[in-house]
Amino acid sequence: MKEFLTDQLKTQEYFLNMGPQHPATHGVLRLLLKLDGEIVRNVDMDLGYIHRSIEKMCERATYKQIIHLTDRLDYLSAHMNNEAVCLLAEKALNIEVNDRIKIIRTIMDELTRISSHVLWWGVTGMDIGAITTFMYGFRERELINDIFEETCGTRLTMNYNVIGGLRYDIHENFVKRTKDILTHLKKKLPEYDKLLTNNIIFQKRLINIGVISVEDAIAYGLNGPTARGSGVSCDIRKTHPYSAYDMVDFEEAIFTEGDSFARYKVRIKEMWESISIIEQLIDKIPNDEHKVKTKAVIKLPVGDFLQRVEASRGDFGVYVKSNGQKFPERLKFRSPGFANLTALNKMAYGLKIADLVAILSTIDVVVPDIDR
Amino acid sequence: MILNIFTDIHELLLGLMPENIVHITELVLIAVAYLGIFAILGLFLVWLERRIAAFFQFRLGPNRVGPMGLFQTVADALKLVSKELTGTEKADKFLYKIAPYFVITTALMSLSLIPFSYEIHAFDINIGLFFLTSVSSVGVLGIFLAGWASNNKYSLIGGMRTGIQMISYELSVGMAIVTMVVLAGTLQISEIVEIQKDGWLIYQGHIPAIIAFMIFMIAGTAESNRTPFDLVEAESELGAGFHTEYSGMNFAYYFLAEFVNLFLISSVAVILFFGGWLSPFGITDAIPFAGLFWFIIKVLGVIFIFMWFRWTFPRFRIDQLLTLEWKFLLPINMVNIVLMALMVWLGLTL
Amino acid sequence: MTNLEIKNKIEALQSGLTYSSEDTDFLCIEVPKDLIKEFLLEIRNNEDLSFDYLFALSGIDFGEDLGVIYHLESSKYKHLIQITVKTSDRENPTIDSIHEIYPAAYFNEMEAHEFFGIKFIGHPNLKNLFLPADWDKGFPMRKDYTDTNMLIR
Repeated sequence: MKEFLTDQLKTQEYFLNMGPQHPATHGVLRLLLKLDGEIVRNVDMDLGYIHRSIEKMCERATYKQIIHLTDRLDYLSAHMNNEAVCLLAEKALNIEVNDRIKIIRTIMDELTRISSHVLWWGVTGMDIGAITTFMYGFRERELINDIFEETCGTRLTMNYNVIGGLRYDIHENFVKRTKDILTHLKKKLPEYDKLLTNNIIFQKRLINIGVISVEDAIAYGLNGPTARGSGVSCDIRKTHPYSAYDMVDFEEAIFTEGDSFARYKVRIKEMWESISIIEQLIDKIPNDEHKVKTKAVIKLPVGDFLQRVEASRGDFGVYVKSNGQKFPERLKFRSPGFANLTALNKMAYGLKIADLVAILSTIDVVVPDIDR
Repeated sequence: MILNIFTDIHELLLGLMPENIVHITELVLIAVAYLGIFAILGLFLVWLERRIAAFFQFRLGPNRVGPMGLFQTVADALKLVSKELTGTEKADKFLYKIAPYFVITTALMSLSLIPFSYEIHAFDINIGLFFLTSVSSVGVLGIFLAGWASNNKYSLIGGMRTGIQMISYELSVGMAIVTMVVLAGTLQISEIVEIQKDGWLIYQGHIPAIIAFMIFMIAGTAESNRTPFDLVEAESELGAGFHTEYSGMNFAYYFLAEFVNLFLISSVAVILFFGGWLSPFGITDAIPFAGLFWFIIKVLGVIFIFMWFRWTFPRFRIDQLLTLEWKFLLPINMVNIVLMALMVWLGLTL
Repeated sequence: MTNLEIKNKIEALQSGLTYSSEDTDFLCIEVPKDLIKEFLLEIRNNEDLSFDYLFALSGIDFGEDLGVIYHLESSKYKHLIQITVKTSDRENPTIDSIHEIYPAAYFNEMEAHEFFGIKFIGHPNLKNLFLPADWDKGFPMRKDYTDTNMLIR
């Protein structure tokens, strides 16, 4: 009977082209899926639909210009990306910045992280099918972006960091509005749990989906919240503290299950940690200059430089090989999303299309960050 | 006085033409009236959904065209009418074009069975509920054909999901209806409503009726392809699912039919559980056409619950959907029917 | 672990490598290209070094030579090194693929291949990842690449 069935009812694997225009791929990511019915057998990636060759452009740009390009990588963690280049140049030139700059940078980083994570939360809900979460996420994000707008002049690509400090001093309302947003978030984040986290359908969709072990997570180079969901301790803020992170006391969000729900919980917890970091720093901003004087033309000394920061999506790194000129000889942006995407095939094998969507949203891909 | 309108029209027509032609003319008139109801209902429900979605999402929703944005959907419909009908080159043309009509025709046919009030009831036959479930199950064919004929893999996956989902959940809807039929003792819709003059069936049947209502609501959501069971469209997975390749008016047919189906499911819930057009405690039963008011109010209430589901819940995965039906709803339903039968037999109904 | 300790540990494993000075942030090592695979396997499996996390793999054009720079980190000890591999053949540069040792290298090697033209021996799928599949205008990240449209100068 069984032989008859397999003989007569032959099934065939087929290819499904997911993207570049697809609601679940968060931009222009193209996945070529090999499917058996609804079961994913292979995920092949075709990237580069938004490739701008930023690394090549940086080879013909001064260090001050490069900062502007970093905004366009992961636009949801623009501030961290700016900071990476600034910190790199400051380290190379031995520029010591004062505490005011460090603290403001850190607060800005954490605000960016919250604004990125609330957007991610909304989009994840939407990918799983709960469209309302998107609006909830945006409600908070708008308020945070208002703070950015007031101080930095822009809402998305802030360009607030410059080598040796900050472009402008903070707006006089900054402290008050930041405190307001913290009280607002403390009220609203439990609402997120009520709406989505504790929903049984949502949990069933994420628990035990896309499991990746600690060993695999390290071998595949996973980083950021994605790796911390597998139990890898990899928070750059803890392991290689920069700016004011050594002044504050916070917990690294680590969950050991390694599934999509663990990655979800990591990000929710990170939002709480960010709130706590900002709370510790917001009253400690000293009165000082917001900028250290630097030369008009910045030339890095000959050598290899690497600066890593913890962006919203993970371990963002800038590697510069300098030959002493005003342009870098080679500049590499190590993108966290690109590394996280490497393990997609391993995570999604044998699961359904719906699970693939869930995995994609919990590893939180931002395509400009991947394509560079 | 208002009751006489129908007889007045009848006599007016009799004066104009012979009797058998009058009969046909009246049928056509009723059909046209129901087409009108169909269109207005669809457009109104789309508007309602958008307003309710906005309410849940801190937005305003459509509020510019007409009072409270009521004509927004009319404007949208006009836009869709004026749009070009595109399609895939290698589609199965005949099936591709015929598919939307399966959906709207069956929705329209089912609509004729719905009693808006004691007076407004186009088609009242003794196997009413049976006819309703049979006809509405043909509508699945339209979605299935659309998925198949579009020659698009996303549509195909959507179509296949429909097949699985509808066959499974039709069972639950049917069984929940059977449970209530056991209590009511008739399949004729008008009689089911009449029985409830002493108390709505959800009250008469108490525990099993409430269980049946819950099952009906869950399975009804699945039948009308709405979140959390909107796997057929599943926009984050399949783009637009079965109607990916449909545009213009062909798309609008699906869209309208979906909302009319929502209305149908809610109407059946109201008829079976909440006394159809009857007013609570019979307060306005003497006034003619007051039933229309009560019926619409009740149906809108049930529709609101469906919309509440939609804007709150995430979506199931296909295997979870099947697990829920075959491992939970169906066994509970079976036991529930037996329980209801026992109750009716022992006379424990209220 | 300080740079000096790492250097001593590595020297015990493999002699004859070129090192940078120890006062930098991280140790830079240049490894001959035919040794790279064994060398990486050794420092990954070594208990005290355990460089198990490939932080970044960047192709690089030194002007004369082409090369690859690996940044490796130990997820346990959090120390970082930089390893450079060079090849002087610009026409047909080849370097051993390390995707079996570090699965993370899989996509990064594809990237280095399309932008620098470095062939990774043993890599199963060296297609174009970012560039169009039918790209035939050379390797954009090389120093001698000229863009006809002057979009990237």
